Amino acid sequence: MAVYCHGVSFMELVCPAGSLASLKAAVDNGADAVYLGFRDASNARHFPGLNFSDADLSRGIDYARAAQVKVYFAINTYPQADNWKVWTSAVDRAYALQADAVIIADMGVLDYASERYPDLRLHLSVQASATNPQAIAFYTDRFSIKRVVLPRVLSFAQVAQVAEASPVPVEVFGFGSLCVMVEGRCWLSSYVTGQSPNSYGACSPAEFVEWKSTETHTEARLNNVLVDRYKADENAAYPTICKGRFTVNDKLSYALEQPVSLNTLSEIPKLIEIGVAAIKLEGRQRSPLYVAQVCQVFRQAIDALRVGKLDPLSEKKHQALLSSHSEGAQTTLGAYDRVWR
Amino acid sequence: MSRSPSVKLAIGPVTYFWTRAKLIDFYQQIATSPAEIIYLGETVCAKRREMRLPDWLGLAKNLAAAGKDVVLSTLGLIESRADLRELERVCEQQDFCIEANDVAAVQARSGADFIAGAGLNIYNPRSLSLLAGLGMQRCVLPYELSAGAVQALIEASKIAIEILAFGRIPLAHSARCFSARNRQRSKDDCGFCCADFADGELLKTQEQEEFLVINGTQVQSALSINLISDVWTLQQMGVSVLRLNPQSENMAQIIAAFDAARTQSDDIRDIDELLPVAACNGYWQASAGMKYIPK
Repeated sequence: MAVYCHGVSFMELVCPAGSLASLKAAVDNGADAVYLGFRDASNARHFPGLNFSDADLSRGIDYARAAQVKVYFAINTYPQADNWKVWTSAVDRAYALQADAVIIADMGVLDYASERYPDLRLHLSVQASATNPQAIAFYTDRFSIKRVVLPRVLSFAQVAQVAEASPVPVEVFGFGSLCVMVEGRCWLSSYVTGQSPNSYGACSPAEFVEWKSTETHTEARLNNVLVDRYKADENAAYPTICKGRFTVNDKLSYALEQPVSLNTLSEIPKLIEIGVAAIKLEGRQRSPLYVAQVCQVFRQAIDALRVGKLDPLSEKKHQALLSSHSEGAQTTLGAYDRVWR
Repeated sequence: MSRSPSVKLAIGPVTYFWTRAKLIDFYQQIATSPAEIIYLGETVCAKRREMRLPDWLGLAKNLAAAGKDVVLSTLGLIESRADLRELERVCEQQDFCIEANDVAAVQARSGADFIAGAGLNIYNPRSLSLLAGLGMQRCVLPYELSAGAVQALIEASKIAIEILAFGRIPLAHSARCFSARNRQRSKDDCGFCCADFADGELLKTQEQEEFLVINGTQVQSALSINLISDVWTLQQMGVSVLRLNPQSENMAQIIAAFDAARTQSDDIRDIDELLPVAACNGYWQASAGMKYIPK
């Protein structure tokens, strides 16, 4: 179990900080830890205008420390021979900034970090695709990782089995964009744009997105591939391949997944019961308001469970708030729920 | 220019759900082909049990007797205890090398020889060296790497490199079964509908562009990588093995064409007509994977 920041051992709430304003929103609304990235391809949310300049970084770290909130650095993409030093220098900087943990996916970077800084706490990123105890043991044996973030492909029963057999505590995703595919092994964006979450740190990079209005529709294109087409009365979603509308067997549908967000609020008691050590909110690319509200909802739920149980009335109110922050205003339990598969 | 080829040809695992009879037929054909290496096994869905481990091992022994270097490929996504036990069984046998498509396989192999599959995400020299120290004999690089990135890895290490030179690209893997979803079925009640499509089921954009292929829990490219014009260059670069991913038809001609291209620099056959849809080579040219950039 993680150590709750006020000294009580309980599920840790890990919140996204894509900017200084979001970091403050997370800290003010009950985050136990925030995760953030440098302003380069070394993290999986490499979007324009996102992440931290050096000045913001030092302000943000001070702000979090003053509130006893931990700061985790996501260095969770895959370097290649020609840009290797960007990643090692990110690890060096995180260490120098006294990171509470560094979240890494690439085994070369893990090797570097564990050899160079044996006292640096390492978390295995979701981008490393570790779904089972043997895979987790691989990283624990070699790099002494202290926590693993599980991909969003396991059912509750499977998470419970992994949590039980894992040599280190597990962290799971609680809310936010739903990756339908095993994280770290999805090249759909790369196939269409040449830039992948793995190597470039972005899925569906904005510079490849094009909105086109025709007489009857609005088209959402990614590098000219038509991902979806909306009538005037339909809500348009940001074009990611896994949530586009396509034709299979002459039938038009969301063939892979519809625009929807993951929401596990109602299942937090179950996650605590099966031994999940930390719950992560997705959304470093989202607004400070999103971070504040979602963080607050999960904080209240976890605190309520610490002393008793969820209050159905406030849960209903919270669910409505979470839906307003969801893609297509719809939420799902994703793979946690066997039926989703 | 002709020469005795330094690059070997490997037949990737069959990713589609073929019947046992179709698989046996396919491998009988492959047994007499010029391909030196054959990958065998179910890599996509644990529910597909047309062939069990003893069946694969039997087939492997026959192919080895025909002079082939056989590698047992492991499942790409390990979700349950049962998946893990099955994986451990494959890894514990020592008769054949394995292809690790999840890090769990490397762990279960405990230092014995293995080939790193593309799913292990080996993008840089340090990761290569690390796995080499753990028994890796060869590494299948991530499909998205360009010629330049592959060249840099070859120059930086002595480790044998394999790249996907032909076939549809496995692009994504999910816990969800997309074949079942598109028949309004649940995965638990899939009826093995993926078996209806020998080369997966086409997914088209609303402009009728043939875009992706649904293959159970896997999504592939509709276009097939075709690097036949680059085979001579690949050989000179020092790539050790070219992987050709199986399709249901024309595989013998495709293997023969790659064999010709590695032996004779000017024997570049046009195989685009033999593909289910069309060719792409964008990744190799440092572009979007789906692009086709003529040489």
